[in-house]
Amino acid sequence: MTEPVLQVSALSTHFFTKAGVVRAVEGVSFSLARGEVLGLVGESGSGKSVTGFSLLGLVDPPGRIVSGSIRLEGRELVGLPNDELRDVRGRRIAMVFQDPMMTLNPVLTIERQMRLAILAHERASPRAARARSAEALTRVGIPDAARRLDDYPHQFSGGMRQRVAIAIALLHRPAVIVADEPTTALDVSIQAQILAEMAKLVSELGTSLIWISHDLAVVSALSRRIAVMYAGRIVEEGPTAVVLDEPRHPYTRGLLDSLPSRAEPGRELAQIPGSTPSMLRLPEGCPFRPRCPRASPACTVMPEPTGDAVRRARCHHPLVLTPAEAV
Amino acid sequence: MLGFIIQRVLQAMLVMAVMSALVFIGVYAVGNPIDVLISPDATQDIRTETIARYGLDRPLYEQYFTFVGNILSGDMGRSFVFGMPVLQLIMQRLPATLELTLVAVIGATLAGVPLGIYAGYRPQSPISKTIMAVSILGFSVPTFWIGLILILFFAVHLGWLPAGSRGATRSFLGVEWSVLTLDGWKHLVLPATNLALFKLAMMIRLSRAGTREIMLTDTIKFARAAGLSEWTILRQHVLKLISIPIVTVFGLEFGSTLAFAVVTETIFSWPGVGKLIIDSIAQLDRPVMVAYLILIAFLFVTINLTVDLVYALLDPRLRRGRAA
Ligand SMILES: Nc1ncnc2c1ncn2[C@@H]1O[C@H](COP(=O)(O)OP(=O)(O)OP(=O)(O)O)[C@@H](O)[C@H]1O
Ligand SMILES: [Mg+2]
Repeated sequence: MTEPVLQVSALSTHFFTKAGVVRAVEGVSFSLARGEVLGLVGESGSGKSVTGFSLLGLVDPPGRIVSGSIRLEGRELVGLPNDELRDVRGRRIAMVFQDPMMTLNPVLTIERQMRLAILAHERASPRAARARSAEALTRVGIPDAARRLDDYPHQFSGGMRQRVAIAIALLHRPAVIVADEPTTALDVSIQAQILAEMAKLVSELGTSLIWISHDLAVVSALSRRIAVMYAGRIVEEGPTAVVLDEPRHPYTRGLLDSLPSRAEPGRELAQIPGSTPSMLRLPEGCPFRPRCPRASPACTVMPEPTGDAVRRARCHHPLVLTPAEAV
Repeated sequence: MLGFIIQRVLQAMLVMAVMSALVFIGVYAVGNPIDVLISPDATQDIRTETIARYGLDRPLYEQYFTFVGNILSGDMGRSFVFGMPVLQLIMQRLPATLELTLVAVIGATLAGVPLGIYAGYRPQSPISKTIMAVSILGFSVPTFWIGLILILFFAVHLGWLPAGSRGATRSFLGVEWSVLTLDGWKHLVLPATNLALFKLAMMIRLSRAGTREIMLTDTIKFARAAGLSEWTILRQHVLKLISIPIVTVFGLEFGSTLAFAVVTETIFSWPGVGKLIIDSIAQLDRPVMVAYLILIAFLFVTINLTVDLVYALLDPRLRRGRAA
């Protein structure tokens, strides 16, 4: 097996707020092969975005990475000086955000914003930069790209704007792209289009993709592997088809049961009882314990991940046993 | 864009018409210039003749229309006191005020914006805290007091700079400017500093608030994610985004300083329009007062119009929104 493009081990990112320490990301580990698409799902506040920002070294104070390791193409990113991190960002690892209204600068032309992104990592004449920008826009499916370079963000529709953001992220052909719910703010039909094109692009370019979403349906359509996050931890990880068919963690099961497409017709959607716990007052042991139908006294101790590198879960009472556990 | 310009120009003209009426009526209500114009021991004949000559016996509305007609033909009347055309009188004094104001406002902007951006970018650093402390001072200490301190310290105590009046001037485009000579600058520095302090404080606060807000947006996060350096982000993204409120305040401050540089001009014996208007009010020189106020109104309207147009240039969303 070749070395993974991205190897995250025991990553913890905490926010040191006045109210207390928010353990937004705690002991997160996963790896990403070249060209692989990994879906990262979980409810709001589970730490998906903070995980993404940690990978780019963009956690805002009062937050910071407190421990763990992020190896990108063999190079350790945690603890890297700011200027070296800056050089990696946009060039080897890039990010696309949720709301394309907010990410592009409203008072700069698309050309200017793309040129700045190009010049951040290489020298280019204005003409060369323009040609490259037009090419990048064409690649993400923006018609008449050369002319639209002179437009401002507000002159594009939401979907087109997100394509521009994706084009910017792809400019330097990074090894990894973190896409943080990039289609959530868009219409469903445009969502599907962008999803399909994104999948095509990354496979063409050999880029690995981390697709963050709270929508299990969206993620499962796109990614070969998924990781489910709950309260800052990855509670289950594995090949998409396996996780969907035979979830091991009760939280994953709950997420699946609440999907409209999977419910039996005529039956009410099953909601997970209770709500996401406050990150400031997490229950002792497994954070899902208060909402879990299978909870037992054993759950007051934090479960360690069981399984292998391909398929893991953090649960004392998994729904499906691994062969090792079954023995 | 053209529709937008025409609309704004029409608005500006309406404002001017209303202003001119208000000014005329307002000034008319202030004292009786006849007492100033005519010596108390003049005969009744001379009194009547003088009143008729200045048209002061006509009804108010008639005087107003004569006045507007005269303005439109470029005649703003003669000063009762100086006996010369008002327009000429004001135009003689205006360059002095204009250059004082410009130096103060431009200086405040050039210094205040970078300081404010820094304070907004690194709000916790000791330098930023110092900058903010100074800006509070600029807001809260009265102008005349700072003016006197400046004179006492730099002119009297150190003897580096002159205490007042305008220095040597040089002619450019038929107008005398002191910014073109070294001596002129020496005389300009203290009053301009005095005038600039409040504006400096304002520019600092404005840029700081804007920068703090913008630094938290996804726009900046996305720019960082693309690998832009902090310097590029400040220069290209932040500066461009905060320039919109800054242009507004620049315009307003420029207008109001031009109109109300009175205190500073008085303290530093600066021969500008501020001093002229104070003298005119004291002497009930009605044509000068009216012409001055009309001119100021005109300046404000013009500046606002310019600010609006610059806005549209800076903010592409506005350009389309208003034209459509
Ligand atoms: N600047 C911050 N200061 C304090 N806490 C923060 C900060 N940013 C994030 N957090 C906390 O970190 C936790 C994880 O947030 P994150 O944004 O990663 O959630 P998410 O899974 O992306 O949710 P969503 O689906 O709503 O985007 C949350 O509990 C949040 O309160
Ligand atoms: Mg998020």
